[in-house]
Amino acid sequence: MLSYILKRLAFAIPTLLIVITISFFLMRVAPGGPFDGERQLPPEIEANLEAVYHLDEPLPMQYLRYMNNLVHGDFGPSFKYKDFSVTELIMQGFPVSLEIGGLAIALALLIGLPLGVIAALKRNSAADYFVMSLALGGIAVPNFVIAPIMALVFGVLLGWLPAGGWNGGAWPNLVLPVVALSIQQIAYIARMMRASMIETLGSHFIRTARAKGLNEMQVVMRHALRPAMLPVVSYLGPAIAGIVTGSVVIEQIFGIPGIGRYFVQGALNRDYTLVMGTVVFYGALIVLMNLLVDLLYSVLDPQIRYDD
Amino acid sequence: MTLRRCRVLALLLSLAAGSGQAATLHVDNEGEPGSLDPQKSNNQWDARIQKALFDRLVDVAADGTLIPGLARSWDVSADGTVWTFHLRDARWSDGTPITAEDAVFSLRRLLTPATANRNANLYYAIHNARAVNLGKTPPESLGVDAVDESTLRVTLDHPSGYFLEAMAMAEAAPLPAHVITRGERWITPGNTVVSGAFTLGDWIPQSRLTLDRNPAFYAADTVALDKVVMYPLEDTNDAIRRFRSGRIDLSLAQVPSSRIDWLRTNMPEALQQGPWAGEYFYMFNVRKGPLADARVREALNLVVRRDIITDKILGTGMIPSTRFVPGAVSGQGDATMPGLDAPWPERLSKAKALMKDAGYSPAHPLRLTLRYNTNDDHRKVAVAVAAMWKPLGVETTLYNSEAAVHYAAIHAGQFDVARYGMIATVNDPFDFLGSMAQGGSAAESSGYTNAAFTEAVRESETLASPEARFDALTRAEQQLLDDHAVLPIYEYVASHLVSPRVHGFESNVMDEHPLRFLSITPPTSGE
Repeated sequence: MLSYILKRLAFAIPTLLIVITISFFLMRVAPGGPFDGERQLPPEIEANLEAVYHLDEPLPMQYLRYMNNLVHGDFGPSFKYKDFSVTELIMQGFPVSLEIGGLAIALALLIGLPLGVIAALKRNSAADYFVMSLALGGIAVPNFVIAPIMALVFGVLLGWLPAGGWNGGAWPNLVLPVVALSIQQIAYIARMMRASMIETLGSHFIRTARAKGLNEMQVVMRHALRPAMLPVVSYLGPAIAGIVTGSVVIEQIFGIPGIGRYFVQGALNRDYTLVMGTVVFYGALIVLMNLLVDLLYSVLDPQIRYDD
Repeated sequence: MTLRRCRVLALLLSLAAGSGQAATLHVDNEGEPGSLDPQKSNNQWDARIQKALFDRLVDVAADGTLIPGLARSWDVSADGTVWTFHLRDARWSDGTPITAEDAVFSLRRLLTPATANRNANLYYAIHNARAVNLGKTPPESLGVDAVDESTLRVTLDHPSGYFLEAMAMAEAAPLPAHVITRGERWITPGNTVVSGAFTLGDWIPQSRLTLDRNPAFYAADTVALDKVVMYPLEDTNDAIRRFRSGRIDLSLAQVPSSRIDWLRTNMPEALQQGPWAGEYFYMFNVRKGPLADARVREALNLVVRRDIITDKILGTGMIPSTRFVPGAVSGQGDATMPGLDAPWPERLSKAKALMKDAGYSPAHPLRLTLRYNTNDDHRKVAVAVAAMWKPLGVETTLYNSEAAVHYAAIHAGQFDVARYGMIATVNDPFDFLGSMAQGGSAAESSGYTNAAFTEAVRESETLASPEARFDALTRAEQQLLDDHAVLPIYEYVASHLVSPRVHGFESNVMDEHPLRFLSITPPTSGE
């Protein structure tokens, strides 16, 4: 098991290296630079700015400088947020994104799993149709539509919750973004869980369990649930990474100081170091999440072993 | 700051807000500050905070006019090249006196290449400034010196009509030399020593920044607000929602045009609009091709009906423009593009005749690409202008791209016609006209050259008398308009959401709203 983990981590290094290299050069070939704005800067001033950020050096030299800094754990200075290093920005934004994303996933599992199970058990009943149409609705309506409507209804018209803002993570500020972020996930998880549960319930070992005389509740909870959750678990890996770093839309709409905003703002501002920082961080997170999912598999499915 | 500490802080803040009667203003400050260091800013929203923290020798009043700041008065030599500022008896927030040495330190730092200040060129009139900024001479050679503790002398190479305006900008603020020389990170909460009306409270990036009244400010007794909370709301709709739910009292971001109509109907008391020193125009690439022909440029200008664009297409209160320098800018003369005041049929027939002369007609159409940066309003204007050009036989292809790509293409001269917006950095016609003179950024992009124009602009830089100077600039502008070098469309209007509880907010040409002059009445019902 340990050797497997180490092997996977070792494989992650070339993967990340490729991601970093491609992103570095892609970012530089994008037209427009960090100092292109409505007002073109006089050449003297542009030269000063470029010198400060070493943009006056040849590109391969800049690449080597960046990689060297990265090896030393330094993501470099942000071009736009000058009072902070990229590392500090990510470290400030990540806990916020993690909190919102983690809560959203937890909420999605808490609601999505039971909904999926119920729909599977009551297949083709009114309850099933109801849950599945809700799920279809949840998938079909994007969160950039749901979020402003929720903010308008609960924040402005009813005034129950703040229409936006973070306020140090106070719970009233968490409710709307977490719910908005989880709706789509609830829908996905419920649908996935339903399909997988139906398949599992039709398998031989469930028939055996029933033949032993177990009641339906015991069959589902003790025998069917774990194998039925496998597809959901494999979906969770990328979903968590995606939600935690990529809740861009929700962070923008509710004005939440997470990491997703840096990614988008950084790209639009051609803030090279900030974009690279978030890409590296995101890449590492995805690699890590996929590894965790694979390890979780062996817990859920005894047929999977990582012994070699 | 860890999450737990943020929470504790939020709790303490909410307790404090509940117990006292502190006058707190909640402001949408448009964006996350790039830096609180006044010499490293890139945005208006950076400068707003910096100006609250650091007073300048020359300050700005609520109506945008210049007033004495840390300098109680100043005088200038007859030839307009030697400025003497007399500092008042004021102190940094740590009690240290603010001296002329601090001002010298700050101006030298501003022009040091490593500071890489974006507006450094506005100070190039100061003796040796450009050479210092290029790294050719040491900062000590800059033409600024402290005559004594409270007298600063600035020597210019030539008169500069906007020098006082530049001295009122955030970058020119005297800085606490005794703190900065101690180490790099001088501008963090708890570590910052300020001269302005407010001190830096806490700063949670992307969330909020708090300013507290500075008891050491020289006019602290005139500051009504105890606390200002600034939120970086990048999504303007988020700002409107928070304003409607009473969580912000003032939005310093521009209200998006799509919401102006709704606000006029539903919250007319909260919408404040006023002329702003910005020009929305189309830039022609006059280097080569059909637009090098002045007749074509004139024809394209003649058939664009600005009032239809501002009133019918946009409906946001923008002012139709027939000139290059917005009317609200100080010293703006009476320059205007010829022919645009003629009756419409006359304009159309003249335009058609000009196009025929130039060899274009519906049978031999002129094909142009009109570039704009992706935005709903820009698209609407572009579609309208293309439709107005159509009777002349112009076939327009619209091309939009994100801002960074758009401006990079303009600066590289890769366009026929391009949407351009110019917002004044200083309240002076030179800010607009200088960019079209030889070597100016807009001239470099469009390829426009005219010796008479450049000559008039250069002449303005030698004149100490404001009247003579404005005359020269008006002459220059008229030349530019006679050449139809650009296609002016409208002058900007600044639009903000201001709660009726906020007092002291005045619309003004530079859209500057110093926090020290604002006040707020407490809410009538408990929150």
